[in-house]
Amino acid sequence: MNAFYGLFIVCALALAALVGVGGGGMTGLFAVAIPYAAVAIFVVGFALKVMCWAKSPVPFRIPTTGGQQKSLDWIPYARYDNPVNSRDTVVRMILEVLTFRSLFRNTTAVLGKTPDGKPQVGYFSEKWLWLAAILFHYSFLLIVIRHMRFFTEPVPLPIQWLDWADSILQIYSPTLYQTNLLFLAGLGWLLARRLLYPQIRYISNAADYFALFLIIGIALSGIYMRYVAKVDIVSIKQFTMSLVMFSPVVPKEIAPSFFVHLFLVCVLLAYFPFSKLMHLGGVFLSPTRNLPNDSRIHHHENPWNPKIKPHSYEAYEDDFREAMVEAGLPVVKQLEEEA
Amino acid sequence: MALKPEELLATIDYLNPPKTGWMETPNDFSPGRWPYPAKPDLHRAMGFKHAHEWKADEKDWHLPENWKQIISEGFKARLDKYRSFKVFMDVCVRCGACADKCHFYIGGGDPKNMPVLRAELMRSVYRADFTTAGKILGKLNGARVMEEDVLKEWFLYFYQCTECRRCSLFCPYGIDTAEITMMARELLHEVGLGINWIMEPVFNCNRTGNHLGIQPHAFKEIVEFMCDDIEEYTGVRINPPLNEPGHEVLFITPSGDAFADPGIYTFMGYLILFEAIGLDYTLSTYASEGGNFGLFTGADTMQKLNAKMYSEAKRLGAKWILGGECGHMWRVINQYMDTMNGYIQEGSNLTTPRNPITGTVFHNAKQTKMVHITEFTADLIKHGKLDLSPERNNHLRVTYHDSCNPARGMGLLEEPRYVIKNVCNNYFEMPPQTTREQTFCCGAGSGLNTEEIMEIRLRGGLPRGNALKYVQDKHDVNMMACICALDRATLIPVADFWAPGVQITGVHEMVANALNLKGQKKREVNLRGEELEEV
Repeated sequence: MNAFYGLFIVCALALAALVGVGGGGMTGLFAVAIPYAAVAIFVVGFALKVMCWAKSPVPFRIPTTGGQQKSLDWIPYARYDNPVNSRDTVVRMILEVLTFRSLFRNTTAVLGKTPDGKPQVGYFSEKWLWLAAILFHYSFLLIVIRHMRFFTEPVPLPIQWLDWADSILQIYSPTLYQTNLLFLAGLGWLLARRLLYPQIRYISNAADYFALFLIIGIALSGIYMRYVAKVDIVSIKQFTMSLVMFSPVVPKEIAPSFFVHLFLVCVLLAYFPFSKLMHLGGVFLSPTRNLPNDSRIHHHENPWNPKIKPHSYEAYEDDFREAMVEAGLPVVKQLEEEA
Repeated sequence: MALKPEELLATIDYLNPPKTGWMETPNDFSPGRWPYPAKPDLHRAMGFKHAHEWKADEKDWHLPENWKQIISEGFKARLDKYRSFKVFMDVCVRCGACADKCHFYIGGGDPKNMPVLRAELMRSVYRADFTTAGKILGKLNGARVMEEDVLKEWFLYFYQCTECRRCSLFCPYGIDTAEITMMARELLHEVGLGINWIMEPVFNCNRTGNHLGIQPHAFKEIVEFMCDDIEEYTGVRINPPLNEPGHEVLFITPSGDAFADPGIYTFMGYLILFEAIGLDYTLSTYASEGGNFGLFTGADTMQKLNAKMYSEAKRLGAKWILGGECGHMWRVINQYMDTMNGYIQEGSNLTTPRNPITGTVFHNAKQTKMVHITEFTADLIKHGKLDLSPERNNHLRVTYHDSCNPARGMGLLEEPRYVIKNVCNNYFEMPPQTTREQTFCCGAGSGLNTEEIMEIRLRGGLPRGNALKYVQDKHDVNMMACICALDRATLIPVADFWAPGVQITGVHEMVANALNLKGQKKREVNLRGEELEEV
């Protein structure tokens, strides 16, 4: 049901763009006003969210330690899983952000039986989620970079190289981008596992499916334009450059499918800061990953430390003095002093 | 426990979650599903407001009239105090990588025990109260309004989390359910909801210096009884100093080790070790608790209880503190202690710990001035300062259980293993997905080691119990060592249920059994008083 909601909303959005631009005569809205607004919401919203997180202090250093601590000199320690200095913590973060290292650890627990019939909980390496996540995120990144050819004139060499490399197989016409396939493969698995695995289906809400269908919609509309409708790239570039120059002109030759693509991208941008997609920013701020495990070595300051006093020794001795003296335990104040 | 292991296993079904969505699935408060509420006078005595009588299986929990406001304001206050909490409320993508990492989920199959859903119990309320998208989109965006049933659900499931942090290891954003559970429990305490198994130790610890409520004279008696046993078994009389100023080291260990089998053997082990090396130390009755049930209550309580350690070290003029075998105690010491209470060190004699026997300086404890006993003993063994006869442990086939907190909140993994391998000759590791940083909880950490929820504990103990069974079958393991006083209590029912025949020991019990004392008589029995085979 949640999946249906997600799909339904994305279809409705695509249809809105088609109708709005096609018969509705709202090209100005979809081509100009919404894109500018979406970019503004994305940039401002993203910044505000990160600032909102940063405003809350980090009272304690609570890294999740993923390996041996640094203690005695002769015990080798897990520098990057249990870092004690900034350099190693940065490496841990780089590995986390660029290679999804924690996700790479993923296992799946299976309730099975040993060959002689005894019940056994088994843990198997499960890398599919990691693989799909890597394919999806890196393809997305490359696709976004590749799209910069629509927003630059002349197109910088690195972007041209990327474009060349991405279509190196030289199949189909126009040449097929490998990232398109990998992107869809990654997305497909991320969606399929939500639908296929009962546990994951149970935890998925409409927003999870919405994000997936939205990105799938963006991908499919892009692919449709390039390989099926073969839209007029020259006029699209004319249009995108006019947006960049802040003097928008909408050439008549642009196909409606382009506006579907553009509108879905705008929805994604505007939705981003208010959604779970903010994990892009949040992953950098996670206190279980971005801090060294060094509170035993260096003082860490908690800005709101309430400095709550313990029940004092004096009060404790007052409470138990008689028994302590009788048991021969040393006391600070003698019984007669107390009286 | 009415169920047999096979029957319990047969009830686990990962593939068929409830037909109803998780927001619509009602709470199940059947007997055995919830720990008993805290006694109101104890709750009140610890400074919590709204202490009242209530029972989880009754419809009316007698909440204060403005409870929604208290929760909402408390929620906001904590978002502003903890970046961790704020980020963890926002960034989860529900990828499900954490789902089957939780021992309670593995052993029960209840989807609300998947860390992701446990956190969603709070996130859903967060979205409705504090986010634009949640306010507008409501349930479509996973938001729901706070109601009494939601609060009850929090109680039910945040007391089915042992704050072991295994999920956080696998989360691509490091979301730590322990952090979320702590916030939920703090909020529950604010409206008068706590559990007695936590509140009573907290109250005791505050007044008597330890969770068990052992008063100073009784503590001395217990130590003397242990010394009597040690004298009987080894022929050497030890007289450990108590509350004495002027010693180099203050030794603090969880009070669980002063109370019951097999913890007391570990305590005896410490005393024998210190005697063997001639350590200049004192015990304290005022600071006679290494553990800290405040961690399971709230940050303020944790700070209040922990502050005794530095206060007592300062009063007694100790140069550094040596800490015993305890799990959550070391999370507190490693990640909270100096940050919270370091200011108390000012004006004390505390200095960077140095092992007086080997000369090793513990640079890793430069700021806290507190050393873990296995770090200390590993250093002694490495320098050949202990006269060991590991063959006295030859009847043991040992495996080692990493406690959650020293593993994932510290990284104390090799030190205990080094010690064990030097004091006994038969050592076997459990499967790697169940040890070290991937270790599984005993099923009853974070104050859940109470009898009334035994079925939940045994379910949570399945992953550990099953891994133990594996090495029992494969290597005839008959002893599981651990460095946690709670484990020494909680692993016994887990082992009896899932791997009957395996016993539980502290590491320093085995150290002392292997350790030779000057002037000892022929060691014919171990610290449990069991006869040793001729070796």
